[in-house]
Amino acid sequence: MGIRVRCPAREPAVTALPTTSSTQQRDLRRLGTPKSVSARAFRERLIVACLAVAATFSILVTTTIVVVLAKETVGFFAFPDVTVGEFFGSTEWNPLLGAEKHFGIWPLISGTVLVTVIAGSFALPIGLIAALYLSEYASPRIRATLKPALEILAGIPTVVYGFFALTVITPALQKLSPAFGNYNAMSAGLATGIMILPIVCSLSEDSLRSVPRSLRDGAFALGGTRFDVSVKVVLPAALSGIVAAFLLAISRAIGETMIVALAAGGIAQITANPAAEVQTMTAYMVQIFLGDAPATGVEYKSSYAVAAMLFVMTFVLTMIGQAILRRFREEYD
Amino acid sequence: MATTRSTASRVFSDRAFLWTCLIATNVAVVVLAVLLVSIFWQGWGTLEWSFITNFASRKPAEAGIRAPLMGSIWVCTICGLVALPLGVGTAIFLEEFSRKSRFTRIVQTNIMNLAGVPSIVYGILGLTAFARMFGAFGTNTDEAITFGSEESFWYLRIPFGSSVLAGGLTLMLVILPVVIIATQEALRAVPSSLRSGAMALGATPWQTVWGITLPAAVPGIMTGAILAMSRAIGESAPLLVLGGLLFVLNTPENLMSDFAILPLQIYNWAGRPQDDFHLIAASAIIVQLAVLFLFNGIAVLIRQKLQKPLQY
Amino acid sequence: MQSDASTTPPSSPAHKPGHSFATAQGNSDQGKSDLGGPMPSKMGEKISATEVAITVRGFSSWYGSFHALKNLDLDIDARHVTALIGPSGCGKSTFLRWMNRMNDTIPGARAEGSIQLDGMDLLAKSVDVVDLRRHVGMVFQKPNPFPKSIFDNVAFGPRLHKTYSRAELDELVEQSLRQASIWNEVKDRLHSSALGLSGGQQQRLCIARAIAVGPEVLLMDEPCSALDPKSTLAIEELIESLADRFTIVIVTHNMHQAARVSDKTAFFFEGKLIESGATESIFTTPKNKQTEDYVTGRFG
Repeated sequence: MGIRVRCPAREPAVTALPTTSSTQQRDLRRLGTPKSVSARAFRERLIVACLAVAATFSILVTTTIVVVLAKETVGFFAFPDVTVGEFFGSTEWNPLLGAEKHFGIWPLISGTVLVTVIAGSFALPIGLIAALYLSEYASPRIRATLKPALEILAGIPTVVYGFFALTVITPALQKLSPAFGNYNAMSAGLATGIMILPIVCSLSEDSLRSVPRSLRDGAFALGGTRFDVSVKVVLPAALSGIVAAFLLAISRAIGETMIVALAAGGIAQITANPAAEVQTMTAYMVQIFLGDAPATGVEYKSSYAVAAMLFVMTFVLTMIGQAILRRFREEYD
Repeated sequence: MATTRSTASRVFSDRAFLWTCLIATNVAVVVLAVLLVSIFWQGWGTLEWSFITNFASRKPAEAGIRAPLMGSIWVCTICGLVALPLGVGTAIFLEEFSRKSRFTRIVQTNIMNLAGVPSIVYGILGLTAFARMFGAFGTNTDEAITFGSEESFWYLRIPFGSSVLAGGLTLMLVILPVVIIATQEALRAVPSSLRSGAMALGATPWQTVWGITLPAAVPGIMTGAILAMSRAIGESAPLLVLGGLLFVLNTPENLMSDFAILPLQIYNWAGRPQDDFHLIAASAIIVQLAVLFLFNGIAVLIRQKLQKPLQY
Repeated sequence: MQSDASTTPPSSPAHKPGHSFATAQGNSDQGKSDLGGPMPSKMGEKISATEVAITVRGFSSWYGSFHALKNLDLDIDARHVTALIGPSGCGKSTFLRWMNRMNDTIPGARAEGSIQLDGMDLLAKSVDVVDLRRHVGMVFQKPNPFPKSIFDNVAFGPRLHKTYSRAELDELVEQSLRQASIWNEVKDRLHSSALGLSGGQQQRLCIARAIAVGPEVLLMDEPCSALDPKSTLAIEELIESLADRFTIVIVTHNMHQAARVSDKTAFFFEGKLIESGATESIFTTPKNKQTEDYVTGRFG
C-alpha cells in the first residue's frame, strides 16, 4: 500500500528535548498572576461602545448637513420674492443688483457645467491614457519618477491652481485670442482639469492594475500586441472602475470653489462660450459669504438653496459611482 | 475568408499608441514644471525673512504672513487632534468589530458619500453647528457663555464663533472621511492570519486589535493621516464660509481667537488687481508648498522606513 | 478544567462510555471490538493512559444553508495524536475550528450537538470563547508569526491572561521554545524579528507560542502544508515529542503524515465521519469501502 504506519513498537522520540529533563521543568501554568476576567470583559465592552459612538458620528454629520440645508432652503422659499417655480424655471439669476431680484438657478448650473465640461475634456482623456501608460507600458523606473509628480499635483492646494489660472493660463489664452477676458470659463476649466488629473489618473490606474495578470497573459498568448492587449482586453475589463473614477473626478470639479472664485468671474449667464465670464454655484456662495449681503436677507439665504442643489448633484454622482464600483467588485471577487 | 491584418499596420498602431501615451503622461510633468517655475519666478524676489515675521499690511512691500501662518498651524493642530482619533476609531469599528450588518453598510456608504461632498458645504455645516451652534445660545456674541479666563489657551466661549476651535473642527469634518478610508485600507492590508493567530491564543477582539492589527497597520495609517493633514493645510473654501476674509493683526492666543490661514491669505492677495499683491501671493504660495512638501516628504520616509514585510 | 490533564492517575482503567472511537454509523460494537483496549503499541510507553479528552456527540454544523458537518460522534484521547483525514472540502478543518470556536468569527456559521472537553460543553452559549482558547490552542496552515520579536511572539499569549515578573516571563519563553525544539536555533536572537526565521522555524515558533499559554489541547490545521520536506520532518518529530503532554488533533491532507504521526485516525468524507479508529487499522484493514479507496489512493 505504500504507507508506512507509525510502527507498533515505536522507539522513544529521537528528538528528545535537548538539555531539559522533565524533572527540571516547572509547569508553565503555575507561572504568573491571573488577570481579572470580569475587568477585561468590562473594558472590552467600554471600548467597543466608544468605537461605535465614533462610527455613529459620521452618520450624524450627514444628517446635520441634510437638515441644515433643508431647513435653510425652506426658509429661502418662504420669502415673498421667490417661488420654487421661478427657482427651477427662470433663466435669470440676479439677486444682488437692480430693482427686481431674480432667482433662477439655471445660469449658475450652466456656469458650473461649462467649467466642468472643459475640465473633463482636458483631464479625462489625458488622465486615462496616462493611467494606461503607467499600468501597461511604463518601466518601474519611469513609474518611480511619474508617480511622485502626480502625487505632488494631487497635493497642491486649489487656491494655488486658482492663482496659476489667473497669472499664467489667462494671459496665455489672451495671447492666443483677444476674445478671452481677464476672467473666463476656459482658464478656470483648464486649471480645474489640472486639479482633477491626478484623481483620474491614479484611480484609473488602480482599476487597470487590479485586472488579473492571467487575462493579459491569455491575450498575449493569442498573439496580441501590447496595444491590442491594453486597449481591447485590459481597458474593457477595468471599465467600471474607470467610470467610477471619472464620476468622482467630475463631482470634485463641480464642487471646486477657489479656482472658479479667482478665475471664472462673477457674471451669472447661460452660455457655452469658453471665452465668456461665468459664475458657478460655488463662486456665488463665496461671493455671498464674503459679505456682500446682510445675513438675514433673501440673498444670503439663497446661498443655502444653491448649496443644497450642489449637495444633491454631487450626492447623486457619488451614489452612481458607488453602485458601479459595487458591481465591479462582485465581478472579480 | 477573413483578411489578415498586416503585421506592419499592427506594429504601427502599437507605436502610435505608445507615443500618444508618452505625450499624455508628460502633460502632467510639464504642467507641474510650468506651475512651479512660474510661481518661483514671481514669488522668489519678494520672499524675505521679514515676509514671514511681518503681519498683514495694506502696502505689499511691508506685508507678511505671520498671522496666517500661525493661524494655519493652530487650526490644523486642532483638526488633526480631533480627526485622527475619531477617524481611526471609526475605521477600527467598521473593519474589526462590526459584522456585515445593515448599520455597517449604511455607515460605509455614508462615508463614501461624505468623501464626495464639496468642501464648501462643510463650511456651511461648520458655520451652523460650531460657529453659531444652531442659534441655541443666542446670536449676539455678548450673550455668549464663557469658561475660564481669556489669558489661558483653553478659554471657551459658547457658541464658538469664527474662532480657531470652530475652524479646526470644520476642517476636521473635511478630512474625516479621508482618514477613515485610509485607515480602513491599512487595516484591510493586515493579513487575517495574524488576527486568527492572536484569537487562537485567547486574545479578545480588542486585545487582537491593540496588540497585533493596529501596530501592523501603523505605517499605512500614518501615511494616510499625513496626506489628510496636507489636504487640511491647503483647504480654504470651508474656512472662507466660516469667517470670511479677516484682516487679522495678531497670532492666535487661545482657542477662541480670531484667525487667518495661509491659503485664504493667498486667495485674498491673488484676487486683488495690483501686480505687487500677486507677487507676494506667489511668495506665500512658496511657503505653503514648502510646508506641504515637508509633510509629503515625511509621509514618503515613513512609508519606506516603517513598512515591514507582512507577506508570508 | 485544566486539572484533569495533570492529576488523573495514568493507570485509570478506561471505563468511560464511548471511550473508544465511535464510528459514524453508530456501529459502536464493531468499533469497540476493534479498538476497545489500549493499543498494543502503547503498552510499552503509556500503560493504558487512554482517557478521553474530548467527546463529540451528534455534532452538526452549517455555513448559512450549507450543511458542512453531519451528525458526528467521536472520542479524542487525551495525550495522544488524532489525525483527521479526508479529501478537500470534507469538513475536517471546519470541525477542527469548532473545537476552539474559531468559527464564531464567520458570519452564518452555526452548530448543533455537543463537543465536551473534560465534561464541559464547548458549544454552550455560556462558554467564554476567549478563555476556551487558552485551553485549546491552535496552529495554522501557514506559519503566522506576528511582526514582532521572537520573544514577544511567545510572550504575547501569556501576557494577555496573567501578569508576569520579568524572570517568570524569561523562564516561560525559554521553556516554551525548548518544548517546541527551537530554543537552540533562536536563543541568541530572541529580540530580533520573527519574520527573519525560515518557514519551518516560524511554524515551530507558532507551536511554542501556542504552548506558552498552557493549553491541554493543541489543534493543528495542516501545519506542514506550506513547508519543505525537511521542515516537515522536524515538525512531525516535534508533534511526537509533544504527544505525551498535550492532546493533539491534526488535520492533514497527507496520508503518509497521518500514518507517521498519529495514534488514532478519523476519515471524513462529504461532511460525514466515515470511519475512525487506531491509525494502523484504518490504514491496513479499513472497514469501509470509501475509507479503503481513499487510503489506497483511489480518489481524493
